[in-house]
Amino acid sequence: MSEDGVLLSVKGVSVSFFSEEGVAKAVQEVSFSVKRGGTFALVGESGCGKSVTALSIMRLVPEPPGKIMSGDIIFEKTKLLALSEKQMRGIRGHKIAMIFQEPMTSLNPVYTVGNQIAEAIELHQQKKPSEAWASSVEMLEKVGIADPEQRVREYPHQMSGGMQQRVMIAMAVSCEPTLLIADEPTTALDVTIQAQILDLLDELQGQTGMSILMITHNLGIVAERANDVAVMYASRIVEVAETKGLFAEPLHPYTQGLLKSLPRLGFSGERLQTIAGIVPDPLHFPAGCKFHPRCPIGCNDRRCQTLEPKLKEVRPGRCVACWHAPGYEAG
Amino acid sequence: MNQDFASTNGYLLKVEDLKTYFPIKKGLLRRTVGFIRAVDGVSFGIKTGQTLGLVGESGCGKTTVARSIVRLVPATDGQVVFDETDVLQANRFKLRELRRKISIIFQDPFGSLNPRMTVGNIIGEPMKVHKAAGGNELTERAGELLLKVGLSADHIDRYPHEFSGGQRQRIGIARALSLEPRLVICDEPVSALDVSIQSQILNLLKDLQEEFGLTFLFIAHDLAVVEFFCDIVAVMYMGKIVERASSEELYRNSLHPYTRALMSAIPQVEPSLRGQRGAFGGEVPSALKPPGGCAFSPRCPLAEGDCLKRGPTLREKSDGKGHFVACWKCH
Repeated sequence: MSEDGVLLSVKGVSVSFFSEEGVAKAVQEVSFSVKRGGTFALVGESGCGKSVTALSIMRLVPEPPGKIMSGDIIFEKTKLLALSEKQMRGIRGHKIAMIFQEPMTSLNPVYTVGNQIAEAIELHQQKKPSEAWASSVEMLEKVGIADPEQRVREYPHQMSGGMQQRVMIAMAVSCEPTLLIADEPTTALDVTIQAQILDLLDELQGQTGMSILMITHNLGIVAERANDVAVMYASRIVEVAETKGLFAEPLHPYTQGLLKSLPRLGFSGERLQTIAGIVPDPLHFPAGCKFHPRCPIGCNDRRCQTLEPKLKEVRPGRCVACWHAPGYEAG
Repeated sequence: MNQDFASTNGYLLKVEDLKTYFPIKKGLLRRTVGFIRAVDGVSFGIKTGQTLGLVGESGCGKTTVARSIVRLVPATDGQVVFDETDVLQANRFKLRELRRKISIIFQDPFGSLNPRMTVGNIIGEPMKVHKAAGGNELTERAGELLLKVGLSADHIDRYPHEFSGGQRQRIGIARALSLEPRLVICDEPVSALDVSIQSQILNLLKDLQEEFGLTFLFIAHDLAVVEFFCDIVAVMYMGKIVERASSEELYRNSLHPYTRALMSAIPQVEPSLRGQRGAFGGEVPSALKPPGGCAFSPRCPLAEGDCLKRGPTLREKSDGKGHFVACWKCH
């Protein structure tokens, strides 16, 4: 992939957490690139390392117990992992902003929403408090909140979940970031509100040209919104593809299993297909390919049980980590 | 309404015009100043061996319906007939008998199992309380139930924290089945679980239904899951059922604008369908200040005239397919 047109590139990042029970390798050798103006989705089940990956881009992995062991994160030609904490503060919330899953717990309950939005504007754009306040009213209007002059004086608990998430988005985009990391932005919301929030993100992306790194477990959201997608399983990326390609022809058995196991509208049948077994615990990952105990091919294959496949490009723009994927060994 | 009492033939559970209001208390004397109509005139019936799905967004009253049926919250008005027994009028002894025959599977597999009890005790407790089994028989039965739900009998002495979310949900299911109930209320049984685990649990519930001839009241917010799982689907909005039909009929031919909006809001796992969703604005109004007329009218694209003045009642469509809808514009 050419380097121009790439806003963020994550190269071989590994993150571990150290505890009394042992070392949990939460993220291992994760690499992907986010294009300018595009939406890149990182999809996976709980505990697969997708949120930790996002936190390491923001340099928000709690240290200790966590540690970024290796790798490079390059954002607009800057190596983020080499920056001092002070330099990083200039980027965090300014060039790279993040919205979280639970708007109710990520907003401060003792400040008005106006105060919280204005704080970032004052800090990063060196505006006077009165100007910052005026900008926060403007931002609320931009994210589709009615009566912004009234609402700006309210506290988070006076708002519904959907509105709180709009406030979070207003706060995140107030400094016009070039990259917005959205960590399960709609998981806590109802479906009709989810659609509104996703539409809002699309609209803002259209206006500002920001890139979005969308972290989600919902393959429907990926299919609808993302240009490119990486599938994570048990700390590793197992497949990277253009969205259409992934859904048309999933290469990794895990991706295939996930897509088959979803109940879909219009689906009728007696049983759903399932992936057997459970997601492994990061303290006790299986040897070899981490998916092999649940894999229809890998569970009986010596190589899958002993050797872990690395993510490899099998055709332009298509990477997969599976010994049995077509083109994997030749590549 | 008394005629309906006689016509419960074939229906294991019949709910007739159920109302559950919560008082709003204010001031020093905690005077009741109004009511929240959490459930406002809900009617449906479930035949033995059938599954009825109750769908709606958070706060629509679907869980309150379930709780009113087992009298965990007192109903204000209406009638619930289970197996020819009037549930709402039942005395203490009758009620105890009823609760043997109706059990619940809860949403949160982390919050609904006592962390200080072993799995064997958790599963055995209902049998102890109802004096259905004791001593060795109880242990034996708990072991059998564990096998039935896909766990192993030697899990009996372990504690809930040793299990993953999906496994805990299996324990919850084993507990719900311990008294050989006839009706199982599943309150969002899979929404806290990972995608690859959801399909396992849904299949398990289907298998158990077949084996034991269970009847399910299935509460969920995910229409795709409900379509797969249920024979009949009732869609709730602000305490009322707005549409009720067989699962197939509802998905092929949904009438109520809310049902349609719900369906189109679900992100489809199919990139080629991108952008085919209709926009759908607004939020669920506050239950403290419900809108006049049809509760959906402030968000409805079709609302006019009568919709703003009078609330529509649930009426059957003239084609006699058992498709009920509460909408002035749909008849």
